[in-house]
Amino acid sequence: MASFIPPALPSDDKRWKIVHATMRKNGFARHALIETLHTVQSSFGYLDEDAIRFVARSLRVPLSQAYGVVTFYHYFNLKPPGRHTVTVCAGTTCFIKGADKLIATAQKRLGIETGHTTPDGEVSLMVARCVGACSRAPVTLMDGEVQGEMTSEQMLAQLERWTVE
Amino acid sequence: MTIEELEQLAISVRRDNAKFDYQVNVCMDLACASQGAGAIKEALDQAVAASGKNVLVRRTGCMGPCSHGPLVRVDPEKTLYRKLKSEHAEKIVGALGSKPVSELQCDLSEHFEGQVRVVLENAGYIDPSKIEDYIGRDGYKALLSMLTEMTPNGVIHRITESGLRGRGGGGYPTGLKWGTVAKAAGDTKFVVCNGDEGDPGAFMDRSVMEGDPHRVIEGMAIAGYAIGASKGYIYVRAEYPLAVSRLTAALRDARRVGLLGMNICNTTFNFDVEIRLGAGAFVCGEETALLASIEGRRGNPRTRPPYPASSGLWGKPTLINNVETYANIAPIIRNGGKWFHNMGSERSKGTKVFALTGKIANTGLVEVPMGISLKDIIEKIGGGVPGGHKLKAVQTGGPSGGCIPANMLDVGVSYDALLKMGSIMGSGGMIVMDDTSCMVNVARFFMEFCMTESCGKCVPCRAGTAQMHTLLTRIAEGHGSMEDLELLEDLCATVKEASLCGLGQTAPNPVLSTLKYFRAEYEEHIVHKRCPAGICKVSHVEEVTA
Ligand SMILES: Cc1cc2nc3c(=O)[nH]c(=O)nc-3n(C[C@H](O)[C@H](O)[C@H](O)COP(=O)(O)O)c2cc1C
Ligand code: FES
Repeated sequence: MASFIPPALPSDDKRWKIVHATMRKNGFARHALIETLHTVQSSFGYLDEDAIRFVARSLRVPLSQAYGVVTFYHYFNLKPPGRHTVTVCAGTTCFIKGADKLIATAQKRLGIETGHTTPDGEVSLMVARCVGACSRAPVTLMDGEVQGEMTSEQMLAQLERWTVE
Repeated sequence: MTIEELEQLAISVRRDNAKFDYQVNVCMDLACASQGAGAIKEALDQAVAASGKNVLVRRTGCMGPCSHGPLVRVDPEKTLYRKLKSEHAEKIVGALGSKPVSELQCDLSEHFEGQVRVVLENAGYIDPSKIEDYIGRDGYKALLSMLTEMTPNGVIHRITESGLRGRGGGGYPTGLKWGTVAKAAGDTKFVVCNGDEGDPGAFMDRSVMEGDPHRVIEGMAIAGYAIGASKGYIYVRAEYPLAVSRLTAALRDARRVGLLGMNICNTTFNFDVEIRLGAGAFVCGEETALLASIEGRRGNPRTRPPYPASSGLWGKPTLINNVETYANIAPIIRNGGKWFHNMGSERSKGTKVFALTGKIANTGLVEVPMGISLKDIIEKIGGGVPGGHKLKAVQTGGPSGGCIPANMLDVGVSYDALLKMGSIMGSGGMIVMDDTSCMVNVARFFMEFCMTESCGKCVPCRAGTAQMHTLLTRIAEGHGSMEDLELLEDLCATVKEASLCGLGQTAPNPVLSTLKYFRAEYEEHIVHKRCPAGICKVSHVEEVTA
């Protein structure tokens, strides 16, 4: 254990220091893989190949296992998110209260499928499996902010505000 | 901290609170917070400062009836204000000491009357970020008095006596599980709290972790003492960032005052807890998958036995319970097993928290004694279906549960009764549907969910859910045949029998229960190419197959 020297940070981007800190806090243990990937994603917004390689090497986890974990869990993104993200909850209550209409509206307005970003990199459209605000369904997250009892009109208005900015 | 010091602290907290003439409690749980509760609290703070009155403004966890939020309750009068805005703050503060502001007041006595609060006893009364508030309401008293007065066996006996059953869905007797882990061979054991709350449409566990985090920690520490573990993990889904930060802060505070760590209460008992984050995989709520995930691997379930009780985290004996199960522990230790046993029905004891949502007037969190009828929950506590619509079904148990039709709601809520009706208790999601919901579409929704969430390890679940989804889509779109229904039932039986873990074994439930109670709706789609609720886009083929 003591002889293991973790690889150098990929660049002098300060965010790698945060990633490094997570791994160090966990003693570079293999079980810190998911924890570390979370830190990468919260710092960089997504996980690219370099990041996965770096984390795998630092924790001495086979690359196949690291990639397997990244692709198993829905929360991890392999592509950078847009400047803004609209997330429509498609949990059961939101579904009962018409989330599919919100999704269809957003798809039509943005011209993209769910899980994608507009070609200009402005807006990502995501779906969530319940964000725990079911009592105010249907719910959307506008750049992470919970907004309940959402209507298509309200959502379109918000998308409009983003384009004007 | 010793028990005397804890009691001293509790007394001084209560004394400090009693110095205020009024306590204004502001609900800051997700539903209220998303409607500006933060700004309301600030406005109240300012109004109080300007008024010179002797008032404590406190932020609290979920008060329950979310659809009336943002909510504020003024104590000692227990005046409840609903749908507040910041500009109401002055009026409310001005009214302290005289008549309440009647136009903002709401009377939800019928909503609260049928409820009994054990798990949610602190919700709306404490600031979740203050350990003192928890201690002021008898927090950590159970842990410390247990450490000085009870043996591990005595604790297990009391939990067994209470009749508490797991609140994560399966309803396994908690005392029995603790006893098994306690007896398992090995020096190193672990306590794990399942905070994955995968059922979409349920948020009880989120609310408990965010609104009363110390309660969960105290329950885990008691479990650690009972089974002989010094390390615990809370597995929280990544979609709940606030729960993570509240728990993190609560753990830090508990360590600071010596309620976690080494030699708690000057005894030989050591205990600490770490948080692990989920990453958006429903199957990780299943216990063996959850353990794999804590170990940093893909959340693939494995066959049992061995059960986690004998071989769990890193092969060590591991106790896994749900958040709400742990939340019941401290009150049971404090009040005794009999006290708990006296609540509830024959084989389901205590209370259950439900997240009441969907087409119902009072959405939010309710806690009811087991055995209460679904009808009372929906009509009295929930206020019925709004907008002149007709109640059609109640969904419990999420993707593993079923839809109970409106004419069967006289049944009392218990593990066995719900199972008999083709649903399950589940973790506590209760979604009310009215005549605007199509049951075929609902079944398809859940099947799509299970199909996407299947980890793919076993074929019956991976392929079966996909096939069932195809069939359900065909039926919903008007291309189905009566043979498809038979095929669907056949597949349900196979997937239920042959799947590796609970996900696959229960995935057919929503289909089976809707087929049982709403078969006519399936037949409408197939024979008459019509969706009675007007939800499905049924294609009208001219040459209708006879
Ligand atoms: C697919 C699947 C998902 C589950 N999700 C959860 C969950 O989100 N939360 C939970 O507490 N238990 C969940 N369970 C049940 C757990 O496997 C386990 O039985 C439970 O955490 C035990 O705690 P209890 O005895 O206190 O209920 C799930 C089970 C299955 C099969
Ligand atoms: S179902 Fe959408 S927030 Fe829970």
